[in-house]
Amino acid sequence: MKQRRKERIDRGTKARSDDIFALTSYREMLYVAVPPVLPVIALLVMPLILPPYWQKVLLQTTIFALLAISWDFLVSVGMVSLGQALFFGMGAYVAGCLDHYAGLPIWLTIPLATVFGGALCTVLLLPVLRLRGVYFSMVTLVLPLMLERIIEATGMLGGTEGLTGIKPFGNSWVEMYVVIIVLLIALFGFRRLVTTDYGLVLKAIKDNDRSVMSAGINIYWMKAQALFISGSVGSFCGAYITHVYMFVGMPDFALDYSILPLASAVVGGMGTFAGSVMGAFILVPLSEALRNVGGLRIVLYAMSLVVFIVLLPEGIFHYIQRKYQQFERWVEVEG
Amino acid sequence: MLEVTLIYGFINSIILSLVALGFSLTFGISGVSNFAYGAMYILAGYAVWIFINKLSMPFFLAVILAVVLTAGLGLALYRFVLLRVRGLVISEVIATFGVGLAILELFRYLGFTTFEYTLPVFTDGSIEIGNTYIDHQRLWIVGVGIALAVGLYLFTHHTKLGLAFRAIAQDEKTALSLGINSDRIAGISVAFGSGLAAVAAVLILPRGTISVNEGYDVLINAMAVCIIGGLGSTVGVVVASFLIGYAQMLTDAFSGPHWKMIVSLVAILIILVVKPSGLFGKQKELEERI
Repeated sequence: MKQRRKERIDRGTKARSDDIFALTSYREMLYVAVPPVLPVIALLVMPLILPPYWQKVLLQTTIFALLAISWDFLVSVGMVSLGQALFFGMGAYVAGCLDHYAGLPIWLTIPLATVFGGALCTVLLLPVLRLRGVYFSMVTLVLPLMLERIIEATGMLGGTEGLTGIKPFGNSWVEMYVVIIVLLIALFGFRRLVTTDYGLVLKAIKDNDRSVMSAGINIYWMKAQALFISGSVGSFCGAYITHVYMFVGMPDFALDYSILPLASAVVGGMGTFAGSVMGAFILVPLSEALRNVGGLRIVLYAMSLVVFIVLLPEGIFHYIQRKYQQFERWVEVEG
Repeated sequence: MLEVTLIYGFINSIILSLVALGFSLTFGISGVSNFAYGAMYILAGYAVWIFINKLSMPFFLAVILAVVLTAGLGLALYRFVLLRVRGLVISEVIATFGVGLAILELFRYLGFTTFEYTLPVFTDGSIEIGNTYIDHQRLWIVGVGIALAVGLYLFTHHTKLGLAFRAIAQDEKTALSLGINSDRIAGISVAFGSGLAAVAAVLILPRGTISVNEGYDVLINAMAVCIIGGLGSTVGVVVASFLIGYAQMLTDAFSGPHWKMIVSLVAILIILVVKPSGLFGKQKELEERI
């Protein structure tokens, strides 16, 4: 007698694709390949089909996605930053100064700002690497506010006016695809990085720093490296935006750049990087669509942050991932 | 000149400790993060303004109502947000910070940013000490500030509820085994802290207009005082207030008002680098650092 039962379609596929790849059919390959490939294609095609206004939105979204990735990376090493604006502003100011005072070309300012911005942030945060948990967060919350106020008080680097007349990209296609490609490299690069031995050590620092210490690893050195990597990504965003808006000023240390990446990562789901990108691609366009409500933007981010952290702390990405692996179908079995 | 700086430095210090008391009660003494503290402070100010000007209530009724309302909001914040993420320190911080941000930016969006938003003083007039005039409101601040600081010390050391507040921060499991309902105590602690924020607001805000940005400054000042004084120490709060208060006044007098806020920020950084548990903090000295 024939009977039917439900079967999870990923059972075999997942087992064979998690560690060693032994997929046996196009169907299984599709099952594994579609989720990462489809968004990548969509991201590459989007600038071609979107109207100019939404292209600008896409650009902003990509930048916030990058910032969210850099936040997510710091969190996976156990350092929760409440001030991603520090990295952003640092990169923006380094690029702005290189352009304004030294007159360097754009293909030099952005890479230099990426490296030096990251290095400056690392040096600035070096004394507080020993702190953990809330204490580290407080310092990161305080630092961008302090830099903003110092620039305001001393009037250096353009003071409240900022520096204007920074060189633009010139070509909007270059402008668009540079940031998209950097986002893709960062996304897949970080996903790969956390699975390597190096990444495992970083993750271990988050889970139990003392046991990492007792394994003879200098965790401060590792943490400094992680800070540098995350800071560089953030600085790149700042440097890039500086050249897009042709302006650098105090708004670069604004709360937006701290709270939005955080909200994106929390809404999307922490620890996967893909979740952070997803969160940014949900939140930023959403707030653009609600543009006529203007100042409610930050309220919206803050509320979504609270709602997700309370009700769905795993984030949308983990949720969808779980559901994707739970697709079922009816199969015939011998009764 | 020196006399003015000294006297106003003293008043500034009392203002700081008044602002920090509520934050200290929640975050320092009970170990529950309430980063919506600045928002509670501003909310209380606007609530009083609305009660007086829109609902034409008498002043003292409005004040009492605003304090109760803010405390209630604190309780709600605990019940609906904090309770679910209790123990996950980072989530606590992010969630309450998010709530505070939402409240503050909502006020900004609703247009509560003009100069008409001022609160009335308790009593009008001024007295003269030496050659310095001090208005009555500042005297009220000094009086209530000192009374609250002393009251908080007595409360946390000599009443059952106050001891329970400290107990749940020291060791929650032991507190539970001694019959302290830690969830309830933490909720009450958040409510008390918010209520104290409201008290500080109605005392301090009449000195100027209510502005949304002050909410962030209040949070930073409160954080600075609590971190420098050491979490969980009322004496620390007072000492740190005087340190920062006079430092702020001196920088204000000698290098301009822009530098005033930077003092708190730099002070937080220095103390976190040098001695994270603060000047008088005893709790969890080892756990803060690795």
